[in-house]
Amino acid sequence: MDSAASDARTPLGASADNGLKIVIVGGFGVGKTTMVRSVSEIRPLNTEETMTRASETVDDVSEVRGKTATTVAFDFGRITLDARNVLYLFGAPGQERFWFLWDRLFSGTLGAVVLLDARRIEDSWYAIDRLERHGTPFIVACNDFGGPRHDPADVRDALDLDPHVPIVECDARSRESSKQVLIALVQHIQRHLGDRPARTDSSLRETV
Amino acid sequence: MRRPGRDDTPDRLYTLTGGRTRSGPDSPFDLVTLVVAESEPTTGMQSEHVAILRMAQTPIAVVEVAAELGLPVSITKILLSDLLAAGRVSARHPRTSALPDPDILEQVLVGLRSL
Repeated sequence: MDSAASDARTPLGASADNGLKIVIVGGFGVGKTTMVRSVSEIRPLNTEETMTRASETVDDVSEVRGKTATTVAFDFGRITLDARNVLYLFGAPGQERFWFLWDRLFSGTLGAVVLLDARRIEDSWYAIDRLERHGTPFIVACNDFGGPRHDPADVRDALDLDPHVPIVECDARSRESSKQVLIALVQHIQRHLGDRPARTDSSLRETV
Repeated sequence: MRRPGRDDTPDRLYTLTGGRTRSGPDSPFDLVTLVVAESEPTTGMQSEHVAILRMAQTPIAVVEVAAELGLPVSITKILLSDLLAAGRVSARHPRTSALPDPDILEQVLVGLRSL
């Protein structure tokens, strides 16, 4: 066997058959990679995607030479949930150019965590605006940087956040805290689904 | 050799995919599609294909393949499409639809709580 390669990564179980996505969005230095690392079963990996703005629905490597190419790098980690379900956590930069790739990379995502530094709330405005427009369920998690505590009500006000969107406090370095953030997100998604007409819900379940 | 591709020129990426520049809108691969090798590498096979078949002996997501190869996701999808068309890998696509399945969400919660 290829022992060097198999040592380098923790393989998934043979029965794994359903990949799921959750995206952690936030500005530079807000702790996205830290949060991914604290709950991931693998050392966070990094990869990148490239696309041109002129042709957003197709990959066109020949255009990478040109100035229209957009390249974004992102981190990710992994959590094996059970024998079949594997959750991938993506740390995504919130800046504008990234959103050209959102649909390509994160269509079908369960939801998003907007990780923010309460001292730099304005860094999150753009990401929240885009998530609302995409209709992606999300929660806001304030990473604790050890300074004076910020009142969640003030944060909500500064973000002009819908009342139904939860704000939680967290320490991205803590596995337990990061885990609670993900649980809060999934519970929010469940409520989000529950708010939709029951008819839609049941018809979907029958066709799947 | 740990991360080929990172500093590569687009010309090398172009060569890697046999000149094809598009994986196309019909690419079946999601970032989290799990890929499983269905055969052993053979001699004369492109080195990236060999590497993929080795790492896919157990299920591995498209994004993990890209990270391990050090190649952009779009290039990785083209390489995987070749292997899929040749029957050398199979693909387990995510079972997500426009709305998440409530049963899956419950399974996610159970899995997270037991972390």
